[in-house]
Amino acid sequence: MKSVLIYSTPTCPWCIRVKQFLKESNVPFTDFDVSSNSEKAEEMTRKSGQMGVPVLDIEGTIIVGFDKDKIKQTLGI
Amino acid sequence: MYDLIIIGAGPAGITASVYAARKMMNALVVTRDIGGQAAWSGDIENYTGYQFITGPELAVKFEEHMRKYPIPVKENEVVRDLKKEGDVISVITDKSRYEAMTVIIASGKRTKKLNISGEEEFINHGLTYCATCDAPIFSGKDVVVVGGGNSALDAALQLTKIAKHIYLVNIHNSLGGEAIMKEKIENNDKVTIFNNSSILEIFGDKFVKGVKVKHQDKEEVLAVGGVFVEIGLVPNSEFAAGVEKNQSGEIKVNSCNETNIPGVFAAGDVTDLPEKQIIIAAGEGSKACLEAFRYLSGHKF
Repeated sequence: MKSVLIYSTPTCPWCIRVKQFLKESNVPFTDFDVSSNSEKAEEMTRKSGQMGVPVLDIEGTIIVGFDKDKIKQTLGI
Repeated sequence: MYDLIIIGAGPAGITASVYAARKMMNALVVTRDIGGQAAWSGDIENYTGYQFITGPELAVKFEEHMRKYPIPVKENEVVRDLKKEGDVISVITDKSRYEAMTVIIASGKRTKKLNISGEEEFINHGLTYCATCDAPIFSGKDVVVVGGGNSALDAALQLTKIAKHIYLVNIHNSLGGEAIMKEKIENNDKVTIFNNSSILEIFGDKFVKGVKVKHQDKEEVLAVGGVFVEIGLVPNSEFAAGVEKNQSGEIKVNSCNETNIPGVFAAGDVTDLPEKQIIIAAGEGSKACLEAFRYLSGHKF
């Protein structure tokens, strides 16, 4: 299974949904709360070149937003 | 062939689906997202039964309620066209085509754009339409909120807990919205209110660096790292070409949620009902479903 990093905020509905989706699909992930971790917020901005959440880093493939089809494709699920 | 297709899964669409399930209707939900605008709201204190709940939490509760029943939900699908031939209504999406005897349009509204220079360029680069989602990233920054209604006040209030300073740029001569929120904003030292003002331009390099504001008759530059656009909403009704609408594009309905096309009903914020509230949208969704059920029972197809 590929490693999945998520940059999110606790209040963003798409962040909640993307995490729900990964849990339902039995995909483990590491979640960074960028609202309380400014270092990770900067890392997210640097990786994705933008400031919207959620951002997923699936072994170098950056996905902005809850793009279910792209997530499935990247993970091969 | 379905008995009912519900377009949208905000408070109206979800409530309609719950009623459809309980009436044992063969129904389908087609939607771009789940929760609709409710999912983007901040703190909700006027939904009966919840003295306090956040938008995302209420949206999760709505979704759980919907998923309790076996009605299929097609998510991430955008309806492009709706037409009625004979008794059959076709719903054409960006992915597929579905047919039903009745349809409830509950596609809600989306945020309105400023249509000024820099807006498209800086989306997600400091400019956002969702304070609930993105506000935490602007911790310690100076920001501007554009608008003067409830959603702008809600965004500004959320930001008072996060940002360094908030400029509220309102085109009217006083703030609209709920009195209780207005008072909180007006008494907060972190908020500067510019009434009779508008944003002319958003500028920056890779990210937003500031905005040009027309304040009364003067032009002023505000150095800000974030722009929150909260200037109102437009109905998601373009796909329903044959359905009668008012000047704002809202679908005209009567007290039974009927549109001008028999079998096509509408509910919630996409309609011309004067008040837009989560609790009203939910109630309208239930009404629309009961009317669709009555319509099906009254016709022999």
